[in-house]
Amino acid sequence: MTDSVQKLVELITDRFEGIGGICKEALGEATLEIPRERLLECCRALRDEADFAFEQLIDLCAVDYSTFGEGGWDGERFAVVYHLLSIQHNRRLRLRVFLDDERPMVDSVVDIWASANWFEREAFDLFGILFEGHPDLRRILTDYGFIGHPFRKDFPLTGNVEMRYDETKGRVVYQPVSIEPRINIPRVIRHDHRFAGSVVEKGENSDA
Amino acid sequence: MPEIRNYTLNFGPQHPAAHGVLRLVLEMDGEVIERADPHIGLLHRATEKLAETRTYNQALPYMDRLDYVSMMCNEHAYVLAVEKLLGVEVPIRAQYIRVMFDEITRILNHLMWIGAHGLDIGAMTIFLYAFREREDLMDCYEAVSGARMHAAYYRPGGVYRDLPDSMPKYEVSKWHNAKEVERMNRNRQGSLLDFIEDFTERFPACVDEYETLLTDNRIWKQRTVDIGVVSPERALQLGFTGPMLRGSGIAWDLRKKQPYEVYDRLDFDIPVGTNGDTYDRYLVRVEEMRQSNRIIKQCVEWLRKNPGPVMLDNHKITPPRRDDVKGDMESLIHHFKLFTEGYCIPEGEAYAAVEHPKGEFGIYMISDGANKPYRLKIRAPGFVHLSALDEMSRGHMLADVVAIIGTQDIVFGEVDR
Repeated sequence: MTDSVQKLVELITDRFEGIGGICKEALGEATLEIPRERLLECCRALRDEADFAFEQLIDLCAVDYSTFGEGGWDGERFAVVYHLLSIQHNRRLRLRVFLDDERPMVDSVVDIWASANWFEREAFDLFGILFEGHPDLRRILTDYGFIGHPFRKDFPLTGNVEMRYDETKGRVVYQPVSIEPRINIPRVIRHDHRFAGSVVEKGENSDA
Repeated sequence: MPEIRNYTLNFGPQHPAAHGVLRLVLEMDGEVIERADPHIGLLHRATEKLAETRTYNQALPYMDRLDYVSMMCNEHAYVLAVEKLLGVEVPIRAQYIRVMFDEITRILNHLMWIGAHGLDIGAMTIFLYAFREREDLMDCYEAVSGARMHAAYYRPGGVYRDLPDSMPKYEVSKWHNAKEVERMNRNRQGSLLDFIEDFTERFPACVDEYETLLTDNRIWKQRTVDIGVVSPERALQLGFTGPMLRGSGIAWDLRKKQPYEVYDRLDFDIPVGTNGDTYDRYLVRVEEMRQSNRIIKQCVEWLRKNPGPVMLDNHKITPPRRDDVKGDMESLIHHFKLFTEGYCIPEGEAYAAVEHPKGEFGIYMISDGANKPYRLKIRAPGFVHLSALDEMSRGHMLADVVAIIGTQDIVFGEVDR
C-alpha cells in the first residue's frame, strides 16, 4: 500500500499546494494539513474530484496540543483531525486543521459528509471547538448542564464536581470533588528508543 | 376543530429494547415518528482521557470495556495502533491466534445481536438458542485468558500466552450429577483447539436452526422487510461500515480490502445485501457467522501444525518469563522497568482499524515520545450508526424504532466510550 500512499501524496501536493496544503507521509499514512479558511473548498474537492473520491468521513476528532512534548509545543493549540476513506480507490487520508486558542472555530463539514454531525458535536462538547454552520451544535456526551470541556489538557482528570444523593433535599446534588488527584506512574519522555535495535523494523521511523 | 395528535415521547434510558442506556426523545404524529433525538452519554466514562494517564499496557484493559460484547476485537485495534507506532511485527502464530479469536468474537457478537434483536421484535426462542452457543465461546475466552468477558488477552507484541492444552471441566455438584457432568465434559477432554474444532463442526447446524426459526418466518419478515431502508449513497454519506454498509449492497470489508494480520491467507466470502433494509442486514450477519466459522476452521488447522512463539522476544515491550525474573538479573530489570514505567513510543501518530463485528473500529493514537499516549481517539462504529437513527426511523411507526435500534447492533459501551 506504500506505493499508492506515495502516489496519493504527490497527487494531493499538486492539487492543494496552491491553497497552502502540506501533505506528508508517515508510517504508511498520508496526512494533509490545510489552513482553516480553505477547509470547505478542500473537502469538497476531496470528495467530488475523481482522483480523490473520498466518499466517507470515517472519523473526526479534536486534539489539544498544549502540553505536547512536555511544553515543547509552539504551534497553535487545537487541531481538528479528519480521517477520510475512499472506497473507490481503497485509500485513506488524514486531514488536519490547526486552530488557535482565542477563536477555536472552523467551518462545519456536515453538508459534505453527513456523518460529521455527531462527531462535531462531540468535538464541541469535549474540546469546545466551534463548528460554523453546524445545524445543531449541542453537547452530546457530557451531562445536561455540564460546565467546561473535559478533554482539554487543563481540565483535571477527576473533574470539578461530583454528584451524590441528598437525603434532606430528596434529590441528587452537585458538590466539589472530594477525590485527590494521584499519579501512579509518572509520564516520562525518552528519546533513546531502546526497543528499536532488537526488533524487525517495519516502515521508517520518523525520528529514529 | 382539528384533533391534536402530536406527542413527544421519552423512550429510555431504562428500557429493555434500548440496548443499554439510550434515551430517545421521539416527536410523533400519532404513531408515526417525525423526529428521533437520541440522547447519549449516560455511560460516558472518558476512556480516551483515562488512557492519557495510563501507560500503553495499562490502557489496554479499558478497550474490553468499550464494546463489551466483542471484547477482543477492540483490543485488536488498540494493539495494532501501538505496534504500528513501535514498528514491530508480531510472530505469525500470534497473528493466527488473533484472527481466530477475532472470528470467535464476531460469532459471539452476532449471537448476542440475533438473540437481543429477536427478543425485541417478538421472537423469544432465538434468544435461548443463541445464548446456548455463546456459552461455549465464552468458555474459549475463559480457557485462554481466565476471564469470560474482559480478557485483556491481546498485548502489544503478541498475545498474552499460548493456547492451553486442556479445557476447564465441569464438576459434579448438587445441580449436575455424575452422568450429566460426563455428558457435558465430553467435548472438553482434549485441548482448546479440539474444543474449538468440535464447535465449528456443530455450529453450522445451529445457524440452520436460527434460520429455520426466522428467515422464512412470516412475522419476522413483517417486522423487518422494508424497515429502515438505507440506500448505498446514503450509507456512505452517513459513515456506515461493517454489516450496515454491506446490507446496503456495498462489498466493503477491511479483512479483504485492507487485510491486517493473516486475513489475506484465509479463504472466506463477503456477504452483501440488496435492499438495505433490516431483513437484509439480518441475512448478512447470519451469513457472516457461517463465514467466521470457516475462518476459525482454517485457523485451527494451521495452529495445530505450526507451534511457535506467540509473543515477541523483546523484553523492552513484552514481559520476560516469570522464572527468568527469579534468576536472571537482566530479566528482573526488564520486568521492573516494564511494569513501573512501561515503554516509550517514538513521536508520531497512527490510525489502525479492524473489521469489528459492528463495523470499522479504529484507534487514532498520537504519541509525543512518552510512555503514555498523548491522545487516543476511539472510532466506534456504533456511535456513527446511532447518529443515523433519526434519518432511518423517520416516517416509521413507534414499534419499528425498536427494530431499527436492533438492526444497528449498538452497544453503549462503545457509543458513549
